[in-house]
Amino acid sequence: MIHEMLTSTPVMLGLTVGVYLLAVWIRTRSKLMLLNPMLISVPIIIAFLLIFNIPAQHYIQSNSMISFMLGPSVVALGLTMYEQRMTIKEYLLPILSAVVVGSIVGVVSVYLLCRWFQLNEVFLLALEPKSVTVPIAMEVAKGIGGNTAITAISVALCGLFGGIFGPLILKVLHVKNPIAVGAAMGSASHGIGTARAIEIGALEGAVSGLCIALMGVATAVLVPIFNAIV
Amino acid sequence: MDVIIGFGIIMAFFAAGECLSVLMGHFIPGSVVGMLLLFVALLTGFIKPRRIEKVAHFLTGNMTIFFIPAVMGIMDLWGFIKMSWLGWLGVIVLSTICVMATTGYTVEGVRFLQRQKERKGEGK
Repeated sequence: MIHEMLTSTPVMLGLTVGVYLLAVWIRTRSKLMLLNPMLISVPIIIAFLLIFNIPAQHYIQSNSMISFMLGPSVVALGLTMYEQRMTIKEYLLPILSAVVVGSIVGVVSVYLLCRWFQLNEVFLLALEPKSVTVPIAMEVAKGIGGNTAITAISVALCGLFGGIFGPLILKVLHVKNPIAVGAAMGSASHGIGTARAIEIGALEGAVSGLCIALMGVATAVLVPIFNAIV
Repeated sequence: MDVIIGFGIIMAFFAAGECLSVLMGHFIPGSVVGMLLLFVALLTGFIKPRRIEKVAHFLTGNMTIFFIPAVMGIMDLWGFIKMSWLGWLGVIVLSTICVMATTGYTVEGVRFLQRQKERKGEGK
């Protein structure tokens, strides 16, 4: 009976919302913007499912209502782009060139590195859209038949790596221009990179945030073309 | 009421994007098409930003929770991932460095050219 209660849809939905709120609270309290709520939530939910012996697929199906909201939240990024239209206008050329180069390098480097490390095709399809924000990356991965769970975790790890080491890498490479720093952080490490870019400076943050949505569009177009060619 | 209107507008753009995506043979995801349509509609003034602000900020501000359920699919793949986790991390780290370096240098280069052009303009 307890198992039936625990596996009911409201409890499964409540688990997601409750753990997410806890993760956001932990991040706010610790004041570490790099502590991504996803990386805190996932282990907690995995532990819950393992302890009560609940299949992952049952949890996923019970939460389809929450997963569906991924689509509308990507659409809502249209407003984010609109709110940054002044930055787009002012730095159109540098930002566009960064996004074009970044999306091509992102996809091609993943292809070559997957070959080099002799990784399975499953990793390749899941990793190709990894430089863009999670919801768009997952939509692109779904489109090419990649595993969305691997995509989401890969994207979060890219963000975390770039968010932590990005400023250091750019310093070593002598990239100093605020627009260049912002574009690099946003293109390579999306939301987490942008959170760090905002700490560096306002211009860096604005450019970085803009690159998130534009990289998403560029990668969504590029990935299917690239897969058709290769 | 504004929440329903805002959500309705966003859903309408999502639906339109999905339909266009079907016409394109799912070449680009419907939500990404919807995002571009919404951006254009806001630029042209067809949709007033204040109509959707509340709902859109709620959606973009809490994106993480929407993909947490899908990430749990990792549990069924654990055995598969365990075999090549080092290569997986290697691709993530190296590819991120590649993207960061190339975008950073590209913008530095473009800004350098732009400044030179400005200087030439001043010289005349």
